[in-house]
Amino acid sequence: MSVAAGVSSVTKRSRVGRQRGFSPVLVISAAVIVAAALVATAGPLLAPYDPNLPQLSQYFVGPSPEHLLGFDASGRDVLSRLLYGARTSMIGPLAVTLICMTLGSLLAVTAAWRGGTYDAVISSGLDIVFAFPGILLAVLAAAVFGGGLVAPVLALSVAYTPYVARVLRGAALRERAQQYIAALEVQGASSIAICLRHLIPNMLHLIVAQATTLFGYAMVDLAAISFLGLGVQPPAADWGVMVSENQQGIIQGYSIPALAAGLCIVVVVVAFNILGERLYERGEARR
Amino acid sequence: MTTGGALLELDGVTVSLPVEGTMRPVLQDVSFAIRPGEALGLVGESGSGKSMTARTIDRLLPAGAAVAGRVRFDGRDVMTLSGADLKRFRGEVAMIFQDPRAHTNPVRRIGDFMTEALRTNSGVGIQEASRRAVALLKSVGIEDGERRLRQYPHELSGGLLQRVMIATALLTQPRLLLADEPTTALDVTTQADVLAILSDLRSELRLAMLFITHNLELAAAICDRTVVMYAGQVVEVRESNKLHDQPLHPYTAALAAARPNIDATSHRLTAIPGRPLSAFEAPQDACAFTARCPHVADICRRGRPALVELDGGLTRCVRASELFGKLKVPLNA
Amino acid sequence: MRLRFFVRRLAMLIVSLLVASFVIFAAIYLAPGNPIAALSGGRSIPPESLKVLEARYHLDQPFLVQYWYWLTNALHGNLGISITLRENVSDLIASRISTTAGLVLYSSILIIAIGVGLGIAAGLRPGLLDTSILVVTAISASLPAFVAAIVLILVFAVQLRWFPSLGNGVGFFDQVKHLTLPAVALAISSLAIVARVTRAAIREESRKEHVQTAVSRGIPTAQLIWRHVLRNAAIPITTISGITVASLIAVAAVVEVVFGLAGLGAYLVQSAQSKDLAVVQGISLLLVGAFVAVNVLVDVLYAVLDPRVSLGSRAQ
Repeated sequence: MSVAAGVSSVTKRSRVGRQRGFSPVLVISAAVIVAAALVATAGPLLAPYDPNLPQLSQYFVGPSPEHLLGFDASGRDVLSRLLYGARTSMIGPLAVTLICMTLGSLLAVTAAWRGGTYDAVISSGLDIVFAFPGILLAVLAAAVFGGGLVAPVLALSVAYTPYVARVLRGAALRERAQQYIAALEVQGASSIAICLRHLIPNMLHLIVAQATTLFGYAMVDLAAISFLGLGVQPPAADWGVMVSENQQGIIQGYSIPALAAGLCIVVVVVAFNILGERLYERGEARR
Repeated sequence: MTTGGALLELDGVTVSLPVEGTMRPVLQDVSFAIRPGEALGLVGESGSGKSMTARTIDRLLPAGAAVAGRVRFDGRDVMTLSGADLKRFRGEVAMIFQDPRAHTNPVRRIGDFMTEALRTNSGVGIQEASRRAVALLKSVGIEDGERRLRQYPHELSGGLLQRVMIATALLTQPRLLLADEPTTALDVTTQADVLAILSDLRSELRLAMLFITHNLELAAAICDRTVVMYAGQVVEVRESNKLHDQPLHPYTAALAAARPNIDATSHRLTAIPGRPLSAFEAPQDACAFTARCPHVADICRRGRPALVELDGGLTRCVRASELFGKLKVPLNA
Repeated sequence: MRLRFFVRRLAMLIVSLLVASFVIFAAIYLAPGNPIAALSGGRSIPPESLKVLEARYHLDQPFLVQYWYWLTNALHGNLGISITLRENVSDLIASRISTTAGLVLYSSILIIAIGVGLGIAAGLRPGLLDTSILVVTAISASLPAFVAAIVLILVFAVQLRWFPSLGNGVGFFDQVKHLTLPAVALAISSLAIVARVTRAAIREESRKEHVQTAVSRGIPTAQLIWRHVLRNAAIPITTISGITVASLIAVAAVVEVVFGLAGLGAYLVQSAQSKDLAVVQGISLLLVGAFVAVNVLVDVLYAVLDPRVSLGSRAQ
């Protein structure tokens, strides 16, 4: 799934087709993301029960009016764990996105602006880092530094930065070649001022689109890492961990907890991916 | 139009394209004819419908296009051709496009590009097809044809590629050439070369041609007769040599005035005031040129004028005979 | 010019692998914990034995020297010894490599055959089929492999009982049967991405002016699609297929764990959990190598398919 940014750069989607106006799909995606963000912020307030209170007697007991999604493999309330899990499941991808976008934009703009040796060094460096698939680097980091979110988040940030930087570098080069930039330079504006006030704002639609898509991919990868037991550590509530904890239920014939957690991941990721794709198309259409 | 021996005949061709759910007219009642071996110019500003006319003739309209009227080639109705007849038609009518780079497949070699139609539709073997291609390349001034056949389009300059295009178009021995601004994308010196080649080959092969350009002088220099289009309508049809000095339609006169003339002492460049209209913007019940015409009168707004004969030509202007001889080009006056 | 491109790509491959190997070695070197203690399993060792052990594993040497020993050994197929199983890492890898290779290959075939096929169908035929393919792929492109895996187990192993849910199987057909659900789970999101990119590429190529030229020359539709649309769309399709297939190499680990397959990825995860670092090093090195090699192969294929490429890189 390190396909991430590659897709958007390879496709070069057509500018024809849906452009302006709010399509229902766009509105729904945005609504899902806002809802997910709210739950991630206020989840603990909404949760009806303690997500970590095991009642072994309630092992895999199904839904009831008091426990809408029933109990998990350790007899904990599934709904409460899902609500708590939103935060742990989304904070990691958020961190990856912020780090990657900052680092990627910085590298891309530096490479495009300075050109020459700077560009050559940055581009080759990115090509080399490109050699690491994200998940593999995250597993390696977890093996060395132990479980938890920090190591996989840093590893994924390193692995994804080249994808982001490559696309943004292309955009920065196009923008750099615009006449108005040359005009500003002739007028004696400083490089940093031009980059901050003109270059980056004009690439913003692409940066936002990339960030949105990246969030989705980072979420899939981090959930997978947690599922493998190398990320968020049990008993913490996390959607990836929940799928793993309740996987046995699938074979035993009780699939609600695992499926519910999986569904949460899929819904949020789909929303991010669709929103990212639409934002990208709109940005392209506006150019 | 009464043209008994016409090779190509358009009769009241009206074309609409679907744009955002509604049908927009792009051509309105377009009629003209080309005799065998004749060069006909088609002149107009961008959006006047020149290219769309060529596309209609060559059946290259996008899906969903609605066509009314008749296009006849050699007596056959072009719009109803299919199968082997359509294939034969496409061999007999060749098209040259404005941008040769965009119109050649970048991943196929020149040789493949040139001979594909011959090999596919005429069953000519690859060696014979290549031999003919090299011979034709020679006639468009490309000496090292064998080497060129092995190259890719990106290895050739624009001018060279357009000559390849011309040679390719001639390879199936067509009877009609549709040349859609074949020199617009080239630089000035190359333009002259390509035009000379096109002109020579055409008369040598006695090939009919529809030459599309926005340049009135160019059309007059190359073509026997010229059709002037405005807003998807034919506004004038005239012998080329009379077009400049004795225009029949005020639009033609304005077009002739609106180009720089090196002989003129004045440095002022006349532009046609206002902007060109697209066919769908043209008024239904008035002359399409009213908004920009210096000779506009009340009568011009009483219905769309018909094409009328005058001085051996055709014009879509109700004041034509009244204005005849007074539509001189201001700069040369 | 072409030659320079290939030479440059090859040089990049070697540099990438060197850097990757360095990172892998350095990460493990910096890892907390004493390799001797790990080796001895926590028992106390007399000082003289400690010296012998340190000398044998070159632990008394500077970092770069140790890296050099490790790298040359690795190149000779000697990846050290697993502390948990007390066996050669190379042997342990060799016994598991075919499962992972089979899984990735099976998945790749599914991705390329079905993904490209769906993309072509959707690209060439606008309408209901196209719309449904778009909707389905929009969702499945975001489906994490492990979620796809549990759904597949639920439906096809637990309820329909068509396929087994666990293990490798014995004999060719049984193995293929055991690998089917894992391969589908691994393929599903990449397949959707490949289908979408294929569709977009076909649409884009169909609109190209040179296709109009071919139409105007009376080239029959089938030949038009094959020689001008598909041939040109093959360039982005190959690129995206290659990138996704390369990414399978790492994601295979997740699927192997869910389906209890004895492959490299599952073993990597297990070793990471038990801190069997020699194994982690060895498998990481191998997987990164395979990933980089597939990516280089994609670049080379790209250059073969697109005559305009001389020195540039893809994704422009």
